[in-house]
Amino acid sequence: MNVVAEPASTGELQTIVAARLLRDAGSVFIGVGRPSTAAILARMVFNRDLVLVYESGTIGAKPFRIPLSIGDGELAETADFVVSVPEMFNYWIGPGRIDVAFLGAAQVDRFANLNSTVIGDYDRPMTRLPGAGGAPEIAASCGEVVIVAPHSKRTFVERLDFRTTVGYGDGPGDRHSLGFRGRGPSAVITDLGVLEPDPETCILTLTAIHPGIEVEQVQDATGFDLGVSDDLQVTEPATDEELEALRELVSR
Amino acid sequence: MLVSRPGPGKSRSATLVPLAEAVADLVADGDSLALEGFTHLIPFAAGHEIVRQGRRDLELIRMTPDLLYDQMIGMGCASKLVFSYGGNPGVGSLHRFRDAIENGWPVPLEVEEHSHAGMANRYAAGAAGLPMAVMHGYAGTDLVGRTRVATVTCPFSGEELAAVPALRPDVAIVHAQEADRAGNVQLWGIPGVQKEAVLAADRSLVTVERVVEQLEPRPGGLVLPGWSIDAVCEAPAGSQPSYSLGVTERDNDFYRFWDELSRDRDRFRTWMDEHVLESVAAG
Repeated sequence: MNVVAEPASTGELQTIVAARLLRDAGSVFIGVGRPSTAAILARMVFNRDLVLVYESGTIGAKPFRIPLSIGDGELAETADFVVSVPEMFNYWIGPGRIDVAFLGAAQVDRFANLNSTVIGDYDRPMTRLPGAGGAPEIAASCGEVVIVAPHSKRTFVERLDFRTTVGYGDGPGDRHSLGFRGRGPSAVITDLGVLEPDPETCILTLTAIHPGIEVEQVQDATGFDLGVSDDLQVTEPATDEELEALRELVSR
Repeated sequence: MLVSRPGPGKSRSATLVPLAEAVADLVADGDSLALEGFTHLIPFAAGHEIVRQGRRDLELIRMTPDLLYDQMIGMGCASKLVFSYGGNPGVGSLHRFRDAIENGWPVPLEVEEHSHAGMANRYAAGAAGLPMAVMHGYAGTDLVGRTRVATVTCPFSGEELAAVPALRPDVAIVHAQEADRAGNVQLWGIPGVQKEAVLAADRSLVTVERVVEQLEPRPGGLVLPGWSIDAVCEAPAGSQPSYSLGVTERDNDFYRFWDELSRDRDRFRTWMDEHVLESVAAG
């Protein structure tokens, strides 16, 4: 057994907290980067049977290493089966067969709507971002959505420059009237803490802070008025087992 | 408008030809062009040949523009891009794509963007000879009003659904692992939307890693008969730096290298001169 010399960084804790959410999930839809690391970690530590679903059509992938792209060869080689893009969206995502979706975004608003399209005006963009990808339909249809994003005023904004993906729209009832199958965002995991939608207003509220983080620090890094839960928790620190597994995974 | 496609017959069977010849025959300035391959089997060799032949004013269609369209856009081949995710997967931005949209360099680029589900359904409708696809999607997003999506009511249930127009590219180009001498093609691994793109297009070209005497059935193998394709070209390693499962590996280092190199217009042009314009097509 390796000795875990350094305590978890905030980024490492963010990944571990995201992985913990997958303890009881049957399947998770993941993009690249931290969500992918979290999902692979979840399979290693918490949930051997977790089905990893990548947008490229690889269902039940069991990557040993963290893939760079969502279509690396190892994903296809280790998948239970591989499907075309039309099949992925029409047969697997659309009808709501995937339990949890991990999504990232450049901007998140108080109703957990996401922007991954453009910063600035659409026709004269300051920064052109990659665009929607699969996010709009994934967020509409998967059982629930977990957003993983860095915590800053640039990311958590009062108003999105473009609404690429609907979280709770303009508030309670919107998902229902839009005909969405999934329940919507259940948590936003950042490097400072965890935000969850208020059950009545759907507005993101601070429900947990990571160890050593102050509430004020989180509010200062949020571009909208951030309410704090009456039952604010402090995130359980990373265990040696979690941290060792994560560091070993990253080093592969 | 109804488009009928010929079935198998002597008049229509893919011919095995050199890549430069096939591109010259099938691709003209102003064409709409879909080079597909979802992370896997991206037809880089064919795209580079289009750059060498100096094609202009193309409408480039692709779910994930990836490095290939970044290169073609940066070389001024395109006047319009139809896409759903314009990033360097796992790395970050596509800098030539961004420069074209943000600054109009080297030429202005019109964009039409969709979601992946929208693009996939548009190809499937094109392949089926339908004018549009209906789906659950786009609802509540700012894509509505910015792109070609409309609402239709299901005549049976009354449910409101999104409608997107079929994609019917002038030309589809895909890459596969193998073809036989009759031009039948087999690909395996991540299938993306290649089959749909080929069947939706008016003309099609498939580049392959190798030509074999006889196709051997593979698990998950997808076969495109020679009579559904116009030209087949041998292009070994023709999907690099993406990959052809079982033949080549994805060059992840190149995807990272591109992020740095492509930020600068001059370094980009120099690299393209040395590695694309001054090189010769395989086959």
